[in-house]
Amino acid sequence: MTNTTEQKGYNERLQEKLAGIFSGGQERYHEKLKEQGKLFVRDRLKLLFDEGEYVEDGRFANVEAGDLPADGVVTAMGKVGGQTVCVMANDSTVKAGSWGARTVEKIIRIQETAEKNQVPMLYLVDSAGARITDQLDMFPNRRGAGRIFHNQVRMSGMVPQICLLFGPSAAGGAYIPAFCDLVIMVEGNASMYLGSPRMAEKVIGEKVTLEEMGGARMHCTVSGCGDVLAKTEEEAIAQAQRYLSFFPANFAEKPAQTAGKAQKTGRALEEIIPENQNAPFDMYELIDQLVDEDSFFDVKQLFAPELITGLARIDGRPVGIVANQPKAKGGVLFHDSADKGAKFISLCDAFSIPLLFLADVPGFMIGTKVERAGIIRHGAKLIAAMSSATVPKISVIVRKAYGAGLYAMAGPAFEPDVCIALPTAQIAVMGPEAAVNAVYSNKIEAIEDPKEKLQYVQQKHQEYKEQIDIYKLASDLIVDEIVAPGSLREVLEARFAYYATKDLPLPSRKHPVNPV
Amino acid sequence: MKELKATMAGTVLNVLVAEGQAIEAGQAVCTLESMKMEIPVEAEFAGKVESVNVETGAFVNEGDTLLTVSE
Repeated sequence: MTNTTEQKGYNERLQEKLAGIFSGGQERYHEKLKEQGKLFVRDRLKLLFDEGEYVEDGRFANVEAGDLPADGVVTAMGKVGGQTVCVMANDSTVKAGSWGARTVEKIIRIQETAEKNQVPMLYLVDSAGARITDQLDMFPNRRGAGRIFHNQVRMSGMVPQICLLFGPSAAGGAYIPAFCDLVIMVEGNASMYLGSPRMAEKVIGEKVTLEEMGGARMHCTVSGCGDVLAKTEEEAIAQAQRYLSFFPANFAEKPAQTAGKAQKTGRALEEIIPENQNAPFDMYELIDQLVDEDSFFDVKQLFAPELITGLARIDGRPVGIVANQPKAKGGVLFHDSADKGAKFISLCDAFSIPLLFLADVPGFMIGTKVERAGIIRHGAKLIAAMSSATVPKISVIVRKAYGAGLYAMAGPAFEPDVCIALPTAQIAVMGPEAAVNAVYSNKIEAIEDPKEKLQYVQQKHQEYKEQIDIYKLASDLIVDEIVAPGSLREVLEARFAYYATKDLPLPSRKHPVNPV
Repeated sequence: MKELKATMAGTVLNVLVAEGQAIEAGQAVCTLESMKMEIPVEAEFAGKVESVNVETGAFVNEGDTLLTVSE
């Protein structure tokens, strides 16, 4: 009798504590969430995990404090698309999702769990940053906030790490997204900055809005810190689920192949690619004709659009696509696009996702502005990333690859498994117009009769075009195959399947030194 | 008043709109030539062209104003 009453008492106490934890912070903060179009942290997790199920660690963190349920962060393990993942998720109804000592300890522990189990780690960030009042307990110590970033760096390339940015990630907290493989930002709510606008005004005298300085759109279009701009939290979660489907659980496993699908119906490649080498076209339309319908996942779509980077499937097999976009800035490579490409290639290589390069590139941009911005420094990063990637690499010269553009797009010297040219392809140090100008400018200027001048230039163009004729390059074994545009998809399907067993040992050393 | 700026350094190949003309978002308003490529410049927003600040053949640097457009 006593026993049962006691049991009942224990159970009531547990249920009471749990109810407090599950309800999060005060009602007015829940109201605020609704106003901002945000979901409560536990609703986010329900949407994210298969059947909304998960196990949680440190649920009772700071339970005695009364007003700090779970100490403002939920750390959990569950399944996404059938794959086990670890998650940390800030609760912004609890002290604005700020980090206390236990918050930090919980985050560190779930990272350790992800590493021990070799599964992806997801960061659902919505946090005002450190609790200044607790700083000695959570900031400088061995298991303080710095350890979160140390763990992220350690786990980089070991397991996929994704950030879903639902709210602020301020000051040091801004490094959580920075060390992730992919950052999805919700427009209007997500922000990332080292010093707030208020601090900027006080310390440097700048007057700026949060949105201008560190808003989601700014980061997805200008700074490049954001990869995917989502309209809503639901969309952000769906994008994370889709992204994960391309990846294995860790570096030692291979990505899963699914049932193949035909391409989207559309215009043939011959119709998409204009005859005029200098005219723009939309590379996305061409990609659609090569990949399984609806499989393309654009990474950094709004940032440096002259280079497209995205994941897709070809006959169900995941591939990473790096493609020049002639429609944006002529497809010329800039410092930002070089940076974008370098990161994407290293991401795919880390997780055994083969790479497809679609080259239509006039070269790297020239001029004072880009030289001062370090185009060589950034260009070197792209070339280094591409060069050191050991996954299957297929290089397709769609229309042209000039200068160092050929290098960046996995040209023949960089050991692509195959360099395929379409019949329209041109490979050269520079295009005919530029080359003829460079070599014969004195002669051209010396000719006075305009008609004669034009004739001379045209003749030199013709000679140059003959020198770089694609069949001459194929005959010299520079390109490995010339493929009719209509059979490119078929060729890619077959070749990616053949290369699936590629295993290239890495050279013996600790690691390469980052270029410039 | 909004400004439509050059996305990269190059030469103005042609201007496709005139002052006073109404334009739509996504409409090609001029073409630059850079790195031997034709670079279409599309309006990011709808409005009326208040001024055309460049002429055919002019060199423009990245960020230079090509047109001003009123909403």
